[in-house]
Amino acid sequence: MSDDLYQQAIMERAKQPVGAGRLAAPDASVTVDNPLCGDRITLDLKLIDGTIAAVGHQVRGCALCQASASVIASTAVGQKPAAALAGHEVLRGVLGGSEASAPWAALGIFAPVRRHKSRHDCVLLPFEALARALAQAKPA
Amino acid sequence: MSGATAFDPAAVRAQFPLLMRGLDGGPLHYLDNGATSQLPQAVLDAMIRFETTSRANVLRSVHRLAEAATDAYEGARLDIARYLNVPGDEIIFTSGTTSAINLVARSFGEGMQPGDEVVVSLLEHHGNFVPWQMLRDRRGITLKILPVTDEGRIDLSALTRTVTKRTKLIALAHVSNVTGAVTDVAPVVAAARTVGARVLLDGAQRTPHGPLDLPGLGIDFYAFSGHKMFGPTGIGCLWAKKELLASMPPLMGGGEMIRTVTVERTEWADVPHKFEAGTPPIAQAVGLGAAVRWLMQLDWTSASAHEMRLTQRVLDGLGRLKGARVIGPSGLQGRAPVISFELAGAHPHDVCQILDGFGVALRGGHHCAQPLMDHFGVAGTTRASLALYNNDADVDALLTGLDAAAAKLR
Repeated sequence: MSDDLYQQAIMERAKQPVGAGRLAAPDASVTVDNPLCGDRITLDLKLIDGTIAAVGHQVRGCALCQASASVIASTAVGQKPAAALAGHEVLRGVLGGSEASAPWAALGIFAPVRRHKSRHDCVLLPFEALARALAQAKPA
Repeated sequence: MSGATAFDPAAVRAQFPLLMRGLDGGPLHYLDNGATSQLPQAVLDAMIRFETTSRANVLRSVHRLAEAATDAYEGARLDIARYLNVPGDEIIFTSGTTSAINLVARSFGEGMQPGDEVVVSLLEHHGNFVPWQMLRDRRGITLKILPVTDEGRIDLSALTRTVTKRTKLIALAHVSNVTGAVTDVAPVVAAARTVGARVLLDGAQRTPHGPLDLPGLGIDFYAFSGHKMFGPTGIGCLWAKKELLASMPPLMGGGEMIRTVTVERTEWADVPHKFEAGTPPIAQAVGLGAAVRWLMQLDWTSASAHEMRLTQRVLDGLGRLKGARVIGPSGLQGRAPVISFELAGAHPHDVCQILDGFGVALRGGHHCAQPLMDHFGVAGTTRASLALYNNDADVDALLTGLDAAAAKLR
């Protein structure tokens, strides 16, 4: 059964995602596609003094992708890029069976995705966008 | 409802071991036939029989086993030809539809000059789209795209303004793998004939639904896959008239495709072997031969009626489901049992995941037809694709699951 994927914690995030919508004047903006399913996320970042000040996203994707983008928007703001990037590893850990650690404890809602391998990329896609956006924002 | 006919859906279903086995202790409602269909026992038996009694390489050795293998391989070719009402030596074994279309693009296409035109449509599977884009980039040809109607059909009214003296090929889906629309072939052939262009049909979604009369269609190339028509994976065919095939250069060089090889030059084997370099997928060809023999003993008037009755039930159910929009023809006219739809506010992968919990196998996503998805403004659709072994319980499970998905996801 796959009902566990659509538990309340994920669906609340997916239906009312934090950070939904584009930022007006982002410092970095990337669009990433999942070629297998056609999902697409555009992620905008605003940085002030080397700290993430705002995250905006536009997701054309499934509930898992929406929820993942929402966790990024609610967790990454106020973090340095390195701490934000660590979220990607925490999520990989959750999908591999580990506990989610602070400040990314919210990623624990994705534990049920672990046994649905075909859906791992759905939750990872926003983090790939975050990594690319941070790379783009890095001063030359 | 189901009188005494030669087609008994329950008896047909009982011949498919995987369907009877079910899934994780529950029933399996397999509605992903557009991606891959299941294998009947007759096909499994034929492949095991070949591998255990006749396995050898083909068209080479003179020992008895090799002769038996060659007979099985060439016999399969003849059976497939009968299914399509064409001569056996016009059937080329390929690994599937994609490789068959690529063969045409690489061989027939290489004869095209810069400025020549290939016409495709917006609803093509990437397998009948990307090879022509690649030919465009290789040869400098122009790729022209026929639009689609709101019902998800190729807009054939655009043929007259699209096809010109420079058009060398019109390559279209016989049945859309997304919308299920059946292409009206006659106007396409008529438009091609006025300018001397060839017509290729991607038949991958048509061949599972009964025998065909390819000469009657008036086309030049037909490509299809074995695994969507109750045969094994790794085998498919290209059909074209012998004169046309004879005029085309081979795609790959190697064994089996030659008549003589000297240090200086090589003379090609005759059609079809000219296009079958290397050891072919022999057991797979034998399996596909068994699949078409199995298909040909069915009463297709009844089988088609059965498929269409279930299709109507799905369309009716979607019509009652709030927020559901069918992307494809609303009725049964000119449609195959491939039904794509959007459920407002719900992503196709989430719909498919929840339906999986009901034992219903669907496909969600772009269906390798991203230009069409862009046209309809969706990332993807959910698709139920039916085969002759599906039944009312499959449709019931689909509609029950969709109600649950709609409640959960919206």
